[in-house]
Amino acid sequence: MRTLNRKLLRDLATLKGQAAAIALVIASGVMTLIIAVTTLDALSLTQQRFYEDFHFAEVFADLKRAPESVAGRLRDIPGVNQVETRVKASVRLEVPGFDDPVRGLLLSIPEGREPLLNHLYLREGRLPEPGRAEEVVISDAFAEAHGLRAGDRIEAIIRGRLSTLRVSGTVLSPEHVYQIAPTDLLPDYKRYGILWMNRRALASAYGMEGAFNNVVVSLQSGAAEAEVIDHLDRILARYGGIGAHGRDDQHSHRFLDEELKQLRAQAVILPTIFLLVSAFLLNVVMSRIIRTQREQVAVLKAFGYGNLDIALHYGMLTGLIVLLGSVLGIGFGAWAASGLAAIYTEYFRFPEMSFRLQGWVVFLAVAVAAGAAMLGTLRAVWGAVRLPPAEGMRPEPPARFRRGWLERSALRHWLDQPARIILRNLGRHPLKSSLSVLGIAMSLGLLVMGAYQLNAVDHMIDTQYREVMRMDLHLTFSDPTPARVHSELRHQPGVLAVETYRSVPVRLLAGHREYRTSILGMDEQPYLRQLLDGRQRPQGLPPEGLLLTDYLAQDLGLRVGDEVRVEIQEGHRQTVTVPLVGLVDEPLGVGAYMQRPALNRLMREGPAVTGAWLMIDSGQQRALFDSLWDLPGVASIGMISEAERNIREYMDDTILMFALVFVLLATSIAFAVVYNNARIAFAERSRELATLQVLGYSRGEVSWILVGEILLLTLVALPFGWLIGTGFAWALNQAFSMDMFRVPLVITPGAYGFATAVVLTASVAAAVLVVRRLHRLDKVAVLKAVE
Amino acid sequence: MAADPKKRPEGSRNRDVVFETRGLTKTYLMGEVEIHALQGVDLKLYAGELVVMLGASGSGKSTLLNIMGGLDTASSGTVRYRDQELTNASDKALTLFRRDHVGFVFQFYNLIASLTARENVAIVTEISRDPMPPEEALALVGLNERLDHFPAQLSGGEQQRVAIARAIAKQPAVLLCDEPTGALDSKTGIQVLEALGHINEAMDTTIAIITHNEVIGEMADRVIRLRDGRVENIHENDKRRPPGELRW
Repeated sequence: MRTLNRKLLRDLATLKGQAAAIALVIASGVMTLIIAVTTLDALSLTQQRFYEDFHFAEVFADLKRAPESVAGRLRDIPGVNQVETRVKASVRLEVPGFDDPVRGLLLSIPEGREPLLNHLYLREGRLPEPGRAEEVVISDAFAEAHGLRAGDRIEAIIRGRLSTLRVSGTVLSPEHVYQIAPTDLLPDYKRYGILWMNRRALASAYGMEGAFNNVVVSLQSGAAEAEVIDHLDRILARYGGIGAHGRDDQHSHRFLDEELKQLRAQAVILPTIFLLVSAFLLNVVMSRIIRTQREQVAVLKAFGYGNLDIALHYGMLTGLIVLLGSVLGIGFGAWAASGLAAIYTEYFRFPEMSFRLQGWVVFLAVAVAAGAAMLGTLRAVWGAVRLPPAEGMRPEPPARFRRGWLERSALRHWLDQPARIILRNLGRHPLKSSLSVLGIAMSLGLLVMGAYQLNAVDHMIDTQYREVMRMDLHLTFSDPTPARVHSELRHQPGVLAVETYRSVPVRLLAGHREYRTSILGMDEQPYLRQLLDGRQRPQGLPPEGLLLTDYLAQDLGLRVGDEVRVEIQEGHRQTVTVPLVGLVDEPLGVGAYMQRPALNRLMREGPAVTGAWLMIDSGQQRALFDSLWDLPGVASIGMISEAERNIREYMDDTILMFALVFVLLATSIAFAVVYNNARIAFAERSRELATLQVLGYSRGEVSWILVGEILLLTLVALPFGWLIGTGFAWALNQAFSMDMFRVPLVITPGAYGFATAVVLTASVAAAVLVVRRLHRLDKVAVLKAVE
Repeated sequence: MAADPKKRPEGSRNRDVVFETRGLTKTYLMGEVEIHALQGVDLKLYAGELVVMLGASGSGKSTLLNIMGGLDTASSGTVRYRDQELTNASDKALTLFRRDHVGFVFQFYNLIASLTARENVAIVTEISRDPMPPEEALALVGLNERLDHFPAQLSGGEQQRVAIARAIAKQPAVLLCDEPTGALDSKTGIQVLEALGHINEAMDTTIAIITHNEVIGEMADRVIRLRDGRVENIHENDKRRPPGELRW
């Protein structure tokens, strides 16, 4: 081995603390990118494969009832490839040993075989045999939640009639990757199940013999989806069609897409921030480390080593550190990403995750880290080799010291000699000091961003379930029901308050933009389901006009006072124009709201409702459920506390998991920065500090000069860090706003406090380490050796 | 190959000129202070001679040595090494010049702390054209027993002798020594000077030693005194005293 390489390894061993800290920064940056991009890739790749291999349909339509003969006309629509008609039924399920209300969706499959579209992936057992009316296959998540196996029995109430069903297998479907009940935001596998049974059996139980109420279609390549949808709508209108839609409005796909969108935002914004911060820190730290080797560079030059040799030597030093950091980052990144991907399979039911580490991601991450580190290194090496060796070996000239403004101010009387040294040290290298401050501020900013995510998600869920959704139960009826159901519900056991609503599926149109949702017709002053204004205060509904979630209004380019075209997807299916009269600020989901009488008028109907919100006495819950199930027309009962628990779990598992990883990384970056700063300050000052000790200063006093400098830099960095963190959080917030939820830009004092505490702790730890080193310093040796 | 050390029949003047400087000046900034380190130096060094440059601190002797060794450049004037003009040589040319022709010994040794004695020498022999083995160079300075010690495990005198071994291992034509005994006590200082004298005789290397210690001048062929950046006078010794007889 060449002697220079041996020096390299020994230098690395000497610098091990600092090198490890820098490697940690690199590892953090690399890891962030790998986690984000790899998780995103795993999810989208898996989705794509599942959709392709299992023939996920492209257009979907619900209708009241059409004779099977209509299917032929649908096949003739230009651009249509395959058509699969189905019977689809919302049912109530009873699972032995489980008392809460369970909702179910029953879908037909052709007698004893796989459908043409939306193939089922059989996880266990077999498909129902032809002619076996009682056999069903069930979604594997539902089976898992209740411990159901092939051969087990469950009961279903189909059109008011109780049937006993036998599970013949468990399946996954590309149509139900994300399995949620229509009114929910998150899966609740215990309380919502999807079942498939033979067409004939379901048709006879549901009164759909020779007919269908749902159709799915695949398109020929190059076909225009919008035209096919128009065509379908025209044909199905007279059969009670409520509007065909593409994958974009398919429930499961839409949620999966939202999640991918969110991951994409994360994959761009977080690694960018992390890599930029770590690149900056690497640049600063490497250049300062090299600068402390100024004399060695001069010696090597004196003996005839060329600039290139020297640049190469230090480049390799940096390269080894980068290599170490990259290996750590790639290893842990891949590990964490595969863990996260596994978490996602809990929410998105895929047969298996296609997980791969893409070369370009690894390359990009390493290239950014290495590039930044090399830039810092070469900048410093260039600075060192540019000097004639004689100058390099001379101690650095005493820098120009000046009295700073602080010393000229009234404070000067309190400044003792060490305090003056601290101030002048920082003042004599304003650039170096600023970079140190910026480095600490950036790592603080990362921490603020991480803590913001952790806190804001909680804040968001609290707002949703304390301020917006104040009911305990959410009932839906199978059909529009007269409003007098209100008093009937009020007299059910344990019911404390009732509010009913009318929900109408609509398409909102504004210019070329459109959005499918439902208008909720509510009481004038809703209490159980509040609508918050921009200042988080509950607002009432005016007698006429529409309110929209602010995010949705913005998405559609609408402002208060604008006219909104509303295409009603139910009943007479007219398009009407309604003024936008207000905005609603809510963190989860988006919606459209009107006073119920106004919506009833729009529908040209009497006072009809389609659902109700209940506040109940939890002690009587059991009795209430029994009684509610006996009411005709109750299609589903949703428990809000369960929904809240689910969403918290989901957030804990996904976003918070990410945030936690990032907080850990940010913490390690903060420590690495502060520690490196302190170590370098120590290296630069050791001679001066030894001199002071020789002159009779105590260890404590001398330590104070170093510690004071570290702490002063940290304190100065705090406000900048808060500012930078707020900026990072804002950027993240912008990238994260979407239909499903919008994490509010609320950075709690706790988030700032947490981030500050971490940085201060890191500073104190670094100070302690450096002071211990100072105490071991051989004063005489330091004074004898040239600087 | 060595001549009789006590007597140099031809006299230095008849030998080849190794270095020649004319009107050399050097001004540099130290912080906010402008320092006129050299103010017109005319000087010749001859092949195989041992020269001691004496002067108080600030007399410009280190600057002169650094410029002759290609470690620094002059503000004006010329420096020539044999046929090579160093005055306006490029950084690359100076690097090659140092690599091929010059060995340095510094007051504070400037060893690389992370390398052993042997490795500190090897780091130079690895890039030289015709080096002696590091072990041989260390034997010449009497350190064959301490090859694998790190600088921190060696005394000051031993460290300086490693530095000398490092400087001579590439068999340079010129050895430039800046206060080689400045950081040592007199006993170890004399050991180091003995090593230098031995090299000069055994290898016929031209050696320039910078010092402010008058006594060391007695071991030289010539003593050049510098003062305020100028050559004050040049004195030729009739007889070189062996370093072992020096006392201070």
